[in-house]
Amino acid sequence: MSENSSARDAVLGRIREALADVPADEPKTSQWTYGRPTAMPDVLDRFVERVADYEATVVRLHDGSDDAIGRALVEGLATIGVHDVVVPPGLPQPWRQAIADAGVEVVDDDPPLSRERLNAIGGVVTAARVGAAESGTIMLDHAADQGRRALTLVPDVHVCVVRADQVVSDVPEAVERLQDSVAQRRPITWVSGPSATSDIELKRVEGVHGPRTLYVIVAGRP
Amino acid sequence: MGQIEAVGAGKRVALFATCVNEAMFPGTPKAVVQVLERLGCTVEFPSEQTCCGQVFSNSGYYDETLPLIHNYLRAFEGYDYIVTPSGSCTGSVRDQHPMLARRTGDADLVARVDAIVARTYDLPEFLVDVLGVTDVGAYFPHRVTYHPTCHSLRITKVGDKPYRLLEAVRGIEIVDLEDADRCCGFGGTFSMKNPDVSVAMAADKARHVGDTEAEFLVAGDNSCLLNIGGVLARQNSGTKPIHLAEILASVEPTLTGAQR
Amino acid sequence: MTDTQTTPDASPTGPRPLKLVTQNNHGRARLTPAPPEGELIDSPPFPEAARRELGLPVQRTNLRHAMTAIRTKRADVVAELDNWEDLRAAGAAIKDDVVRHLDRYLVQLEESLTRAGTVVHWARDAAEANRIVVDLVKERLVDEPYQEVVKVKSMATQEIELNEALEDAGVAAWETDLAELIAQLGHDRPSHILVPAIHRNRGEVREIFTTEMGNYGKPAPADLDSQPVNLANASREHLREKFMRAHVAISGANFAVADSGTLCVVESEGNGRMCLTLADTLISVVGIEKVVPTFADLEVFLQLLPRSSTAERMNPYTSLWTGPTDGDGPQDMHVVLVDNGRTNVLADPVGRDALRCIRCSACLNVCPVYEKVGGHAYGSVYPGPIGAVLTPQLRGTASSVDRSLPFASSLCGACNEVCPVKIPLAELLVHMRHKVVESKKADPLVSAKGLGLHAEPALMKSASWLFSDGRRWSAALGAEATVGGKVLGRVTDHFGPLPWPLSKWTNARDVPMVPDETFRHWFEHRGDRPDAKGREHLASEEGDAR
Repeated sequence: MSENSSARDAVLGRIREALADVPADEPKTSQWTYGRPTAMPDVLDRFVERVADYEATVVRLHDGSDDAIGRALVEGLATIGVHDVVVPPGLPQPWRQAIADAGVEVVDDDPPLSRERLNAIGGVVTAARVGAAESGTIMLDHAADQGRRALTLVPDVHVCVVRADQVVSDVPEAVERLQDSVAQRRPITWVSGPSATSDIELKRVEGVHGPRTLYVIVAGRP
Repeated sequence: MGQIEAVGAGKRVALFATCVNEAMFPGTPKAVVQVLERLGCTVEFPSEQTCCGQVFSNSGYYDETLPLIHNYLRAFEGYDYIVTPSGSCTGSVRDQHPMLARRTGDADLVARVDAIVARTYDLPEFLVDVLGVTDVGAYFPHRVTYHPTCHSLRITKVGDKPYRLLEAVRGIEIVDLEDADRCCGFGGTFSMKNPDVSVAMAADKARHVGDTEAEFLVAGDNSCLLNIGGVLARQNSGTKPIHLAEILASVEPTLTGAQR
Repeated sequence: MTDTQTTPDASPTGPRPLKLVTQNNHGRARLTPAPPEGELIDSPPFPEAARRELGLPVQRTNLRHAMTAIRTKRADVVAELDNWEDLRAAGAAIKDDVVRHLDRYLVQLEESLTRAGTVVHWARDAAEANRIVVDLVKERLVDEPYQEVVKVKSMATQEIELNEALEDAGVAAWETDLAELIAQLGHDRPSHILVPAIHRNRGEVREIFTTEMGNYGKPAPADLDSQPVNLANASREHLREKFMRAHVAISGANFAVADSGTLCVVESEGNGRMCLTLADTLISVVGIEKVVPTFADLEVFLQLLPRSSTAERMNPYTSLWTGPTDGDGPQDMHVVLVDNGRTNVLADPVGRDALRCIRCSACLNVCPVYEKVGGHAYGSVYPGPIGAVLTPQLRGTASSVDRSLPFASSLCGACNEVCPVKIPLAELLVHMRHKVVESKKADPLVSAKGLGLHAEPALMKSASWLFSDGRRWSAALGAEATVGGKVLGRVTDHFGPLPWPLSKWTNARDVPMVPDETFRHWFEHRGDRPDAKGREHLASEEGDAR
């Protein structure tokens, strides 16, 4: 018997002994209903308000066309002052084109860039998977239009496009929407504002290791 | 007063004075008798009574608490209403007597304890919930601040009942206490086992009390008042501790009364 | 630095460009800053340690400011949700189900993790867990110039003191959470579950960074001031080179999902994501109670946790991963499932409620005792109310600090109200007191060294005898006048300082005079009294003298 399997048996044995008083077939007591929406007057308004509360910049774009998104991306990058961006391989081509046409250097993460190269790039532009309004959270499942996790982590600026139909009321609806992603064993990252810390005197400071600037474009109508 | 209805008429009430009050603060159970009789209740004092036992149970002395639970049953089992001027002792009867009864595995004891728990009230609960009054005809023309005490708030859960009773007192001025819901640091044997932390907590409470410039600090538990009042007295503070019951017992002077 | 030296190149593992440092390291040459000397379990009993901590005025000010702020913030974000109590009930029920059927969920978790490509290891205790991790790390760093790992903040690895095991094995473990970095560079122990450097203020942090960063990597900027934003930036710069070259990362997990094999880490700064994403190997040390049954359950816990811990609607970053992903992040993943005393907790049908804990630290933040003394007084990586109930269960009650912890509470119950998984902390404190008392009764020697009042069990026994009969109590009170009233008379309103043991009380407080007439006597004879039917207001007579 290997050391690991004997440790396993020992721990499981201790647990079973400790739980001798518990009937194996007792019913669960949780009354929780999963995936329920949270009531709110307007989901998109709440999302915009709550993301902005984290000191992220949020742009609401009623026109959800690729042209409009491309223009908004160019404007955003200019506002922040980013001159080079990395983009995931699946970023919609018209968005990529608009950025390149505006004179911003576009670097494709294909083949994947080294961490040092990523660290030297000004920003990253991605899509998203889900937005949760109440908590102001953007959820990435790192599909081709969002790229691998390092992409949205190492560069100091993250410009993220969230489509209106991706935004749900709150965490329960969002977790339900992520079930497919987890079934495919995709890594998932929840982003609520820029990187921050409250470790010194509980004073919130935006920007530590992750992107210090988060710029969110909420595109289209629900 | 004068218009106070005898809402308690026909109600036979057993007063549980508590050991701390009997030993140190007899004015408080006296005040309870005065208020309840004014409202028409018949007040009895079962002389078998002693202590709720929380100093034992909260210190982990479970075996030593059991005789006190039996004694509580002996003293009060014949009564429909058992009223006590202590949120903490009410909480002890309500929370710890059933817990300790269950540990014995004695179903009869559990049933008796559960039954008596349902008939045990902290004074504000009895006045507001059972008698349905907030105005008990009291008069107290002073500036006071109210400390809710942890066990009244979190175990007995008297909520805003004491506050509503105070608001109905004629002549009273109530000022808010900062961080009112923070513990004063008494905690029974905590104040003996961890005296330094206890004093540091009491000092905070006394500072907030001092900031109110109230003449009286009111609470529903004399042990907490003993703790805070001890610090206030040491500091020669102008604020004096007083139990809620004693404010409720206080009435407007009449000509005859003033001759006393 | 004059007292640092370069390691000789002839080290058996090849070139090791990390420096050995002796400055502030108790005279020993080390790769990482040494923590304070001595073992946590040998800490003095709580009352003694509390006295020591109360004597630190800067810490007291830091704690008061921080705790007041976070309590208010938490109350605000909790009030935003209409269904907070439903969430708490769900959190409690789900974790309770896990705790009560832990074997089943662990086996399911192991299957799911394995299916997803994660290697599962089991450890009975800290030593075994450390051995597993050290072996995995050493194997993977054989050909690496830097014998180091980067770490995500993790209570489990603190509990097993993994950093010291790695240091002993010649591997530097770099804490990357800002507060953990402050504690590590400060040769300090964490004092809070969530904000380990809560006892430090900005000036102290600046001092630590300026003195220590250069010894262990990129120095702090020469002109570093004490603005939190600049201090955070200094940590970004200091750690970035370590992230850029990291091969092995070590994390804990906030949640381990049994049905999907997903691990979850909740953080703020992005240091966690750096570790979880950039390294080639990821080793996660996970307490066996961290399981949640389903991925859907995260909707409950990821609402409860951030609001309870950092008092935010959501923490900045949450990472969820389900085994390695092609082309993204570590390809070599390990989970070490650690018991280390948890099955002791589980064996107590009352005490096992403490295993629901999700390490949010809300109970610390509302605790008036914690606010006064901070985390170091508890002699454990788990301070505050949860520490006071969990530590003596995990470690047992053999040490004097562990026996004192259940008494480190005024039982005010503030913790019960905020716990997101409804752990009845006050009740568990009393339960643990009972266990300590029982062990004292069983061992008179322990009792003699015990909890301050040597004769306590005997005293309690005689007091119980007195109170178990109304006649005894009535006699003790005195028939008409109280004993104290008869002896002392009413000469003054208050007593000043009294001799020991009453001095414990009267060193800082006066006590009122004992009343002269007993209540019982008054009650029986009240018919003849003018004040029988209601006391008329006379301001000078309000209340008893207290």
